[in-house]
Amino acid sequence: MGVAAAESQFHVLAVDDSLIDRKLIERLLKTSSYQVTTVDSGSKALEFLGLQENDSNTPHETSVCPKIHQEVGVNLVITDYCMPGMTGYDLLKKIKESSSLKNIPVIIMSSENVPSRISRCLEGGAEEFFLKPVRLSDVSKLRPHLMRTKCCNQENEENKCWNQEKQVNIESSEIESQTAAQSNNKNKRKAIDEGISPDITRPRYNGHSLVSNHL
Amino acid sequence: MELNQMQRSFLEYTDALFREGFLDSQFSQLYQLQDESNPEFVIEVVSLFFEDSERLINDLSSALDQPDVDFKKIDAHVHQLKGSSSSIGAQRVKNSCITFRNFCEVQNTDGCVRCLQQVKQEYLLIKSKLEALFQLEKQIVAAGGSINMVDSMN
Repeated sequence: MGVAAAESQFHVLAVDDSLIDRKLIERLLKTSSYQVTTVDSGSKALEFLGLQENDSNTPHETSVCPKIHQEVGVNLVITDYCMPGMTGYDLLKKIKESSSLKNIPVIIMSSENVPSRISRCLEGGAEEFFLKPVRLSDVSKLRPHLMRTKCCNQENEENKCWNQEKQVNIESSEIESQTAAQSNNKNKRKAIDEGISPDITRPRYNGHSLVSNHL
Repeated sequence: MELNQMQRSFLEYTDALFREGFLDSQFSQLYQLQDESNPEFVIEVVSLFFEDSERLINDLSSALDQPDVDFKKIDAHVHQLKGSSSSIGAQRVKNSCITFRNFCEVQNTDGCVRCLQQVKQEYLLIKSKLEALFQLEKQIVAAGGSINMVDSMN
């Protein structure tokens, strides 16, 4: 199976209030064969992920969320930092506080290189911090994080944790035991991560010249 | 004009825009994202930049016209303009925005007014240059050619 075929199964949710930047990130990700959904705010991102606004305060209601999450199947969230209303950092916190979403890797993008902001996001659980404008070379850094979630999902399926028909009334205790199962698999996952073949060498496009198109 | 000749003109024209600092390498990144499935990607994104910039420049003009200038609001507009200009590689517009934000931070109204003129001028310049470039691109495509910017080291 080709690498591109495997990657096309990865679904990335991109969040940015700027239309230009949504177009850009969408093309960047699609060029790399990812499935992409774009939204223009943090609250729409949470809605898409199936998280209710009061989710983190009422643990019993989270029971319905893993199902929604599973249906949407988002493997990674990439979000702008500076947005009106909910910032990228707020969105990161909401995702990491939610029992159903916390395993989704989050990447933050910002046009401003503010060290305190970067460390705050990384400490808050972000996997990467990209300076805007995001480039093709940045997108290649997504793969290790995606492979990690992919491995989790496959293990879940193998363990029959997510039987589509039986999960309608899944109890919170089951979510917890499943999370425990995931952490037990950490070493296994790490081994898989290390086995990932290095990126296909992509030429860097810092210079500029014109050739007739032969693609 | 012959296809080869048009492609050479396109190259010379973009090279001049890079050399004179109108554009930076982000603009060639845009062309990397343009392919058969998205043949007009660059023109689409740059058109969004034109719309965005005109709206923001108008908003800035009226915000600076108020008797009580709201610098926070102005900074938010300039921040957006800086973001979209850097996303398409309009380097000179982006640099004018950086200066603009410095005057905004120290709440210097006269400085802000001068910066708005500067931003407007840089915007109109890059707009006319990019429109000329896209005109050439359309002629190249109509003649059966295409635009492909690659690393000059390749």
